[in-house]
This record gives sequence, C-alpha cells and structure tokens, in this order.
Amino acid sequence: MKTTNNIFVSCEQAKYICDKNQYGEASALEIIQLNLRLVYCRVTRAYSKRNTKLTQMIEKSNIQAIDVSQKKVMKQKLHEELTK
Amino acid sequence: MSTNTIDPNSWIDKYSDYLFNYTIVRVDDREIAQDLVQETFFAGLKSMKNFKGEASERTWLISILKRKIIDYYRKINSNKGKAEVRINYSTDSETEGDWLEERVADPFDGNAESEIENEELGLAIHSCLDKLPEKQAVIFKMKTIQGFDTEAICNEFDITASNLWVIIHRARTAMAECLEKNWY
Repeated sequence: MKTTNNIFVSCEQAKYICDKNQYGEASALEIIQLNLRLVYCRVTRAYSKRNTKLTQMIEKSNIQAIDVSQKKVMKQKLHEELTK
Repeated sequence: MSTNTIDPNSWIDKYSDYLFNYTIVRVDDREIAQDLVQETFFAGLKSMKNFKGEASERTWLISILKRKIIDYYRKINSNKGKAEVRINYSTDSETEGDWLEERVADPFDGNAESEIENEELGLAIHSCLDKLPEKQAVIFKMKTIQGFDTEAICNEFDITASNLWVIIHRARTAMAECLEKNWY
C-alpha cells in the first residue's frame, strides 16, 4: 500500500499506518495522518484500540521464540534421529 | 480408539516455540531451554509407539518436557530440585500458632500471581499463533517477537515491504480476534 502526502487518508491506509506504528516504523507525516483519521473515523479508532491492546499483551507476556537459524539446526538433528 | 496422530516432521514448526516458552519461564536460560526442547523431541521419537492418541500431540510432548525439566533440576542438584514439602510443627502448646505467622502472605511477594498470568497469556498467544497460516506465523513472530528489521525479513522471504505489511496486518487481525475469544 502506498502512502500519500495528503493528510486525509482512507480507512485502509490508516489501518496500514496503525500497524506500522505498532513497530515504531510510521513516519511523522503518517502519524499525523493517522491521528487525524482517528478524530472522525470510528472504524479506525476501534482498529487502533484493538491493535494497541495486542501489542501490550505481547509485551506483557514476555513471549519468546527460538531463532530461525536455531530451528533449522534442530530440524536437522531431529531428521538425523528419525532416519537412524 | 485413537483420535490423534503423530507426525515428528512437523514438530519443530508446530510446537518448538510453545515448548520453548513453557521451558524458559522455568529454567531462565535460552540455551538450556533449547536443549531441553530438543531432548523432548528425541524422547518423543523414542516413545512414539506408546502414544495412544488420547491426548493431543502437544499435550503429550508437554508431559515429556515436564519430566525433562524435573530431571534437569535434579541433575544440577539445585535447591529447586531438592525442594520438598516438609512441615514438622510440634504440637507443643508454647509454639502453637507460630505457623500462622509464617503463613501470612508476604506483601512484597505479590508478583507470583501476575507471573503465572503472564505465562498463561504467553501460552494463549502461542495457541493463537498455531492457528495462523505457517508463513504468516513465521513472519509475525520474526517481526513482533524477535524484533527483526522489515528489510531483513523482506530479504529472507524475498517479498516487498508492502507484502510484509499486508501479511502483518492479516496476522494481527487474526491474533486479536483469537485472543479476544480465548483470553479477555
């Protein structure tokens, strides 16, 4: 999805910015666009609220994952064990 | 009658992160946790024939993992491994009632409950991740949990940044829905 320079954005674009913003990757202009949309669009507000809550939950849970490279090693080992 | 089947080839993709999270809160060391998860899979392979299919594959693997964690604590002979419940309060009337004082909740130790809640939340998140399509789940995990750069993920999967955000958007929507159903 492309971003525009117009400060009025569509609902879909606002959701896209909101997603990026959860990872701190929205630009200053995008944040202004999102905030403006939030003022008058109920759908964007609901999406934003839910999205923020998801981010907070993931942070709170302190969830972790095994590195992708490590998983490959584990797969390899398991495969060796399977074919023994 | 067995209703659940076993497929070791899919174990790492399906369960390794779930088992890893279960372990990490108990051993607090990434490397040891990874080793324990790997050992669990090996032990699972060995005892595959004993799997009756009454429980789900994941529940069965967790039951093996629990033994592995206990064995680990025994092996390093930690206080946790030696911990046993020993209560020998005398019936002496002079000391009667002492236990009451000892058992009063410690006001500074109020974290246990929230820790348990956070662990359960972590496992609930993993259950929801399991329901996502595989590619979505992998990318979502890399971006959200492991904090990879957008560019790094795009290179790894040979996709554009727009593709990535579409995948993230779908994953986030599904995750929020799933957690709403199962958590709050």
